[in-house]
Amino acid sequence: MGDSIRILAEVQGDVTEFRTLIRHPMETGLRKDEKTGKEVPAHFIQEVIVEHNGKQVFKALWSSGISANPYLSFKFKGGKIGDGVKLSWVDNKDQSDFLIAKLVKAD
Amino acid sequence: MYLSRRLFIKVGLGALAAFMAGFGILRGLRSDWPKAAFNAHDVDAALQALLGVTLNDLTLSDKIKLTIPKVVENGAIVPLSVDAGLEGVESISLFAAKNPHALTSSYMIPAGTLPYVATRIKMEKTADVIVVVKANGKFYSTSKRVKVAVGGCA
Repeated sequence: MGDSIRILAEVQGDVTEFRTLIRHPMETGLRKDEKTGKEVPAHFIQEVIVEHNGKQVFKALWSSGISANPYLSFKFKGGKIGDGVKLSWVDNKDQSDFLIAKLVKAD
Repeated sequence: MYLSRRLFIKVGLGALAAFMAGFGILRGLRSDWPKAAFNAHDVDAALQALLGVTLNDLTLSDKIKLTIPKVVENGAIVPLSVDAGLEGVESISLFAAKNPHALTSSYMIPAGTLPYVATRIKMEKTADVIVVVKANGKFYSTSKRVKVAVGGCA
């Protein structure tokens, strides 16, 4: 688990900047395969949830209008260096993944 | 232990129900994924389905800062960030007006999270990118026109 997700969550004062890259095709269902000419079925992340110390701090609802291999960043208050932060995603094919990372000191 | 056929069926059905309930819980994760809003084609229909408002109900606000390129070569990757300088922000939603489905994404902002989000969206063609912010139960927006050289929705 977690292979699809990279997280960098940096604490600066009271604010944590959370950044993530997720490996996912984010297929719209409109694209045709170049070889077969058949439509590639829609396959995209629908929901991303981030929790800090077990409390939800962010939720993203996505369509296939988000670029392939999505990037996402947001900021929340109250994070301390060493705290745990968990990102989980689920897509329209019921596939999912999650990763737990630690908050680090900002460079 | 000997199981009568009747008991075996009962136990089997019970296990099946528990198994399906388990899936129900998993599916429950996305029970609030706003399907109608994401399937809508134009901004107004998507707005109506998502937030129950129309474009006319939105107040333009220069406190919402949308950072996005004026021109992009490749519509498959349009980087943007939104910094909504408003109090009591509950959600931020991003629309690309001329995409096959205008609503790209929507973000829930609980108390303690700053009204900020950055991501990368796809754009089919040159169009307005519209940000709609719900704050203290009211709706605010800003938009910027983005020129797209090659569409990125296919």
